[in-house]
Amino acid sequence: MPVEIDIARVASLARIALTDEELAAYAKQLENILEHAERVQALPTDGVEPTSHPLPMVNAFRPDEAKGSLDHDAALAGAPDTEDGYFRVPKILDES
Amino acid sequence: MTEWEAVIGLETHVELQTNSKMFCGCPVDFGDEPNTAVCPVCLALPGALPVPNEQAIEGILSIGEALDCTLTENSLFYRKNYFYPDLPKNYQISQYTFPLCVDGRVDVDVDGESTTVGITRVHMEEDTGKSTHVGQSGRIHGAEHTLLDFNRAGVPLVEIVTEPDIRSPEQARAYGTELQRIVRAIGVSDARLEEGSMRFDANISVRPVGEEKLGTRTEVKNVNSLRSMQRAIAFEITRQVEILEGGGSIHQETRHWDEAKGMTRSGRTKEESEDYRYFQDPDLLPLHIDGAWRDRVAARRPELPTAKRERYMSLGTDRRTADLLVDAGDLAGLFEEAIALGADARNVGIWLTGEVVRYLRSEGVDVADTGLTAASLAELATMISDGDLSATAAKDVLAAVLAGEGTPREVAVARDLLQMSDSTAIEAEVLAVLDEHPDALAKIQSGDTKPIGFLVGQVMRATGGKADPRMVQDLIRRRADG
Amino acid sequence: MTDLADLTIAEATAGLRSGDFTAVDLLDAVELRAAVSESQLHAYLTLDREGARTAAQAADQALADGDTRPLLGIPVAVKDNMVTKGVETTAGSQILAGWTPPYSGTAVKRIEDAGAVIVGKTNLDEFAMGSSTENSAYGPTRNPWNTDTVPGGSSGGSAAAVAAGSALGAYGSDTGGSIRQPAALTGTVGAKPTYGLVSRYGLIAFASSLDQIGPIAQTVPDAATLLEAVVGWDPLDATSYHGDVPAISRSLDAGVGGVRVGVITELMGDGIDPDVLAATRTTIDQLADAGAEIVELSLPAIEYALSAYYLVAPAECSANLARFDGVRYGLRVDGATTEEMMAKTRAEGFGPEVTRRILLGTYALSAGYYDAFYGQAQRVRTLLRREFAAAYEQADVLVSPTAPTTAFEVGSKTTDPLTMYLSDICTIATNLAGDPAMSVPVGLGEDGLPIGFQVLAPSLGEEVMFQVAAEVERLAGFSHRAKLATSKVVAP
Repeated sequence: MPVEIDIARVASLARIALTDEELAAYAKQLENILEHAERVQALPTDGVEPTSHPLPMVNAFRPDEAKGSLDHDAALAGAPDTEDGYFRVPKILDES
Repeated sequence: MTEWEAVIGLETHVELQTNSKMFCGCPVDFGDEPNTAVCPVCLALPGALPVPNEQAIEGILSIGEALDCTLTENSLFYRKNYFYPDLPKNYQISQYTFPLCVDGRVDVDVDGESTTVGITRVHMEEDTGKSTHVGQSGRIHGAEHTLLDFNRAGVPLVEIVTEPDIRSPEQARAYGTELQRIVRAIGVSDARLEEGSMRFDANISVRPVGEEKLGTRTEVKNVNSLRSMQRAIAFEITRQVEILEGGGSIHQETRHWDEAKGMTRSGRTKEESEDYRYFQDPDLLPLHIDGAWRDRVAARRPELPTAKRERYMSLGTDRRTADLLVDAGDLAGLFEEAIALGADARNVGIWLTGEVVRYLRSEGVDVADTGLTAASLAELATMISDGDLSATAAKDVLAAVLAGEGTPREVAVARDLLQMSDSTAIEAEVLAVLDEHPDALAKIQSGDTKPIGFLVGQVMRATGGKADPRMVQDLIRRRADG
Repeated sequence: MTDLADLTIAEATAGLRSGDFTAVDLLDAVELRAAVSESQLHAYLTLDREGARTAAQAADQALADGDTRPLLGIPVAVKDNMVTKGVETTAGSQILAGWTPPYSGTAVKRIEDAGAVIVGKTNLDEFAMGSSTENSAYGPTRNPWNTDTVPGGSSGGSAAAVAAGSALGAYGSDTGGSIRQPAALTGTVGAKPTYGLVSRYGLIAFASSLDQIGPIAQTVPDAATLLEAVVGWDPLDATSYHGDVPAISRSLDAGVGGVRVGVITELMGDGIDPDVLAATRTTIDQLADAGAEIVELSLPAIEYALSAYYLVAPAECSANLARFDGVRYGLRVDGATTEEMMAKTRAEGFGPEVTRRILLGTYALSAGYYDAFYGQAQRVRTLLRREFAAAYEQADVLVSPTAPTTAFEVGSKTTDPLTMYLSDICTIATNLAGDPAMSVPVGLGEDGLPIGFQVLAPSLGEEVMFQVAAEVERLAGFSHRAKLATSKVVAP
């Protein structure tokens, strides 16, 4: 069963800027991989719970203690652009 | 002529004031310097992992329990995926299916009428960082660049979602107020809208009365106080009704409340809707809330506002006083202590919520900064009921006590404000005045009540204002009656 | 006199404690080996000369004081997706070029606390996505056995370094076979522990529910030593195992008498090279002769493991890699708006395989497709776990080849992604199940290239897994050394 992918929308959701050529190439590759991966749909899984953790553990917490944070300079050290202790980015188009 | 009904649902975010953030050990109480309370986890450095704050979980369970919710036995964390620069991982750890609390309710009083607002769910998530748009107006439109501070990123956030049960702006405000009281009573957050530790978004639609189908709704954001929430909802209802009555249709969108202009305005419409691609967060384990845990949460439920209000009223205060006390924790504390010392609840309540509050506001202080103690309050109330102080004198005494001059009795004595309430002494004064004005008594006896006031005034002057005027009047009447 | 760079960790430790040589001597030998081999191998992305020397000197001081920490003075390599404070960490990607972390991961700290000398950071497929190390943004690593071939991936650099002797041991990460398959292709021992046994804090995430850090070494006992240094609960990793750690090396000398060995039917036929199959069969026969009970077991769901993996892993990675956006660290490509900046940064910073998997994962999670793809894959995982559990009622360990082929030529599988994905068919199921597995070299193929034998065990079954692996190693007597394992300058 061939899979049709709205690759432009996927690339937009993933925030990766791709040329039309690249989009077309990836779409084809994804379709091939998905045709293979789709085989999972053949397995009967009614009533089967999904596995999200291999080990049956629950409730991993930490106590509510304020511990030291990163040194301010260390926090900003790797930043591409900063201003007055802030991380700086270009203007944002979308409203939050 | 169509009659319209508003259908409103509210989403509330509450910042929990734990010691540390939701998924890392950075402090929640940070100063003004940007990016000083950050670490690999909340900055989303490569390789960092989240670990949930146990106290934050206890906090949200307390909130859910206080809202009469069912606590979910097996709850899950999900990733909500979207790109935004103030969201370091470009996904928010949140909940989706199996949130921690579901199916609750809050009783809300609107103008004396009790209504119930259903709570759909209460879930746990993390806050984002803060962005400052730099440019012309400081608003996102016309900004040249944006500055990011991640101190707030990762602060524990509780989201409370109501059923679309709210039918008026007034009810919305009443719900917001009550929710705020409940959260404060539990002690997990100061829940202040002005400071952002409590935030409201409203989903609003309208439909003709009797229609079951819901109308198209809009989401209204950016209300910074309960009052603006009420105004915003009222505006939006009107706006929607006008459009529909004009034959138009409502555009499903997010709108922002503009406080200055008193209107909602359309947010920039996105070309496509967001797809959050929720999936269970593989970095976090499921939350298992067993029966014993649920019992512990129920056992530590504090006295909630409704219960406290009813208790104060049963002690003798009126509804308004009870409400005011419920909202002012420090005053409520004094109230309860004073009552325990034997003072009359009604009196204490009135003086606390009246004169004391006036003083605190004008001086701009908290009651803890004043000289007022529960013992003083009790003494003052008792002196008033015993007639040792007139209402006027009591005001002066109270002001002096607040300013730290001493106990009420000490101040009253020092300032010679004690009311004369010894009936023998007053009677003597009354007789003396009657002697000076013999025809006055005759006039009173013949039915003229005007001289009473004059005689009372004379007695008050003779006693330097200290006689209990009620007693004076009483004695004069008795004399007149023979 | 053996070149010190060819010593096993056990031999080196004995020599250090006897005072036959110093940790600095050992480091010198390893660095010389690297100097000679790196131009052909490119196993390393960063050599931390200063840090290593300081650690070696400190180790010598500690040795003089009688310190007996297990990895004291041992030169090891660390895969470059493990965050190391102050030492560049790239995950094999342009998007982290030049990134110097302000913190170290837990496993790295434990390695240092065990006294090891971290020589440098090794090459990998970008963000651990790949089976050949050809996806590295910094160029491929070559296999020391034949430099026209790949060392496997994604931990190709770590495996090549150990095989060449430019590290006595190494750490890699395994999400679908990325430790075991390169170990098989380079004639080394590689182990993936039970999920949760080694902290992932500081491991740059690929697929969170599958990733595990593990050792690559020349021998099974060495691998056990390396693993023991890093296992154990970590409060910074919510998925880390809170219970008692298995006694990993306790039964190394116990042999296989009475041990039930299950042969996975589905991995012993189609898609496996004849040489590899033959070597696997030989090893199974040897185990039988040594007292093991052999039983053939079928795990039909394994046929679907690859498909399930290529839905689960990309889905998780699409979210894990969203943080690489040019805002707080790493590469930034300018844009007129933040949205544009992010999109351009990610387009330029990510290579094709990573881009492919992010797109695939985003799609698999998107509205309308979640249940059929990601949701279904997670349910298939449960079926797999049930089958493994059932198999482990009839066997103490399971066995199979580690990789379907020996090392293939650079560039030979890069045209069609699916071809490369098939390199993982033997290893992938264990990651989905969360169980441990390891590879032991058992022989050479007709092409003179190493063949790896895989031993699988139930969750927390490291003790029996290492027990059987140690016996396999003894029986196989694999004593070959890669051509490039020499400090003499050789013609390329």
